[in-house]
Amino acid sequence: MTWKQVFTSSVGKKLTMGLTGIFLILFLVVHAGLNACIWANDHGIMFNKGAHFMGANVIPRILEIGLFAGLLLHIIQGLMLELSNRSKRKVGYAVSYGNEGSKWYSRSMGILGTLILLFLVLHLSDFWYPNRSHQNFVLGEEIDLYEKMKTTFTELWVVIVYVLGCLSLGYHLAHGFQSAFKTLGINNRRYHIMLTSLGYGFSIIITLAFALMPISFYLGWVN
Amino acid sequence: MEHYNMNLTVKVWRQKNSSDKGKFESYPVKNISSEMSFLEMIDVLNEQLIVEGKEPIAFDHDCREGICGMCSMYINGKPHGPWAANTTCQLHMRAFKDGDTVVVEPWRASAFPVVKDLMVDRSAFDRIIQAGGYISVNTGNAVDGNSLPINKDHADSAFAAAMCIGCGACVAACKNSSAMLFLSAKVSHLALLPQGDPERKSRVLNMVAQMDKEGFGACTNTGACEATCPKEISISNIARLNQEYLRASLTAEK
Ligand code: SF4
Ligand code: FES
Repeated sequence: MTWKQVFTSSVGKKLTMGLTGIFLILFLVVHAGLNACIWANDHGIMFNKGAHFMGANVIPRILEIGLFAGLLLHIIQGLMLELSNRSKRKVGYAVSYGNEGSKWYSRSMGILGTLILLFLVLHLSDFWYPNRSHQNFVLGEEIDLYEKMKTTFTELWVVIVYVLGCLSLGYHLAHGFQSAFKTLGINNRRYHIMLTSLGYGFSIIITLAFALMPISFYLGWVN
Repeated sequence: MEHYNMNLTVKVWRQKNSSDKGKFESYPVKNISSEMSFLEMIDVLNEQLIVEGKEPIAFDHDCREGICGMCSMYINGKPHGPWAANTTCQLHMRAFKDGDTVVVEPWRASAFPVVKDLMVDRSAFDRIIQAGGYISVNTGNAVDGNSLPINKDHADSAFAAAMCIGCGACVAACKNSSAMLFLSAKVSHLALLPQGDPERKSRVLNMVAQMDKEGFGACTNTGACEATCPKEISISNIARLNQEYLRASLTAEK
């Protein structure tokens, strides 16, 4: 049993998805926590301090490399799994099983993931890329991200796209959170209720937290 | 339940052999009793086809009492038809109303190629079992019940997993055509018992490898398999399988 055999088996591929998924979930907690500083309503002083730490300190910047590696692995493995799984049924059914046996979002992880990926391209080119390129990608001075958020979210269509991106993320998490733990082998009766409620709770809170950010700027709830 | 007769339209997948493209044919069937089983209704239809000089519909069946797992039919969008925890042979015609159209398809999965009409080749499951779904010693006669202590919870879970009849409905229901529920039932059944313990690592590794070789998809925990399984095999077995696999691959000697 070589490592290659482990990680190229169907169960091993899912392990990669689950482990990177949990890693990305942890990132979401940090990201949401930091961004919540906008609600301090102090003209972004607290938020910019946090953003500055993340952008100009060497430790988060090293972690950032890990984050991109995990994200890429999750995306590539996910897309490959989706394609390979789809190829396992050459002739489809005339009548589909539909939502009777499973939740629609649990069957749509590939599509939801792709929507999130598209959103990410927009999101990174809105904030991350301008900021890093301003720093010349080293630990230089950053742009005022709070101001950047403020101007970005004056446009209604941007706000709508962001909210839709958050919704895709929410549904992706609603299945992904529990599924990741099941893939790691945790689904005894003892943990089942705990995991499902935690999963749904987490998805709702993360979606609301992120979606409320562009909305807050657009409606002028923060100054 | 009151007895009634019904007339139905049965839309069945007809396919001459594995290389034929296949298509749906609709047949009217009359005076079907609500007390009949679904397979008896197909028998009536087949007699009618024979009288008309047509080829009868080929389908798998054996015990007709819900224990052999042969009766693979995907009825109105669900493996084994509309009832929960039920096999096609145990589905009764009272599940339908007069005038209904019933659509019957074979299991759809590349790993289960259609042999003819509604019959599919499920020997992939046999090869998965041959890869490790057994214990290598002869257990001899039944021993005294208390000579080998087994935790009651484990005995119950092992028995629940051993209920799997290898029908393949889980594969048919899964969007990924994954055989994980079947495999997890077989692995759990042996892993939870002392007799299965010595070979538990090689078993799970070999059986997963064989499953992948047969061309089944990877599990994404949607739960469609559990919802359709006639023996109510719990999806928590899949988590146990993952656990077994993780442990076996992390602690493998080489
Ligand atoms: S797990 Fe259930 S659906 Fe799958 S083969 Fe066994 S009995 Fe059939
Ligand atoms: S014919 Fe044996 S289970 Fe249906």
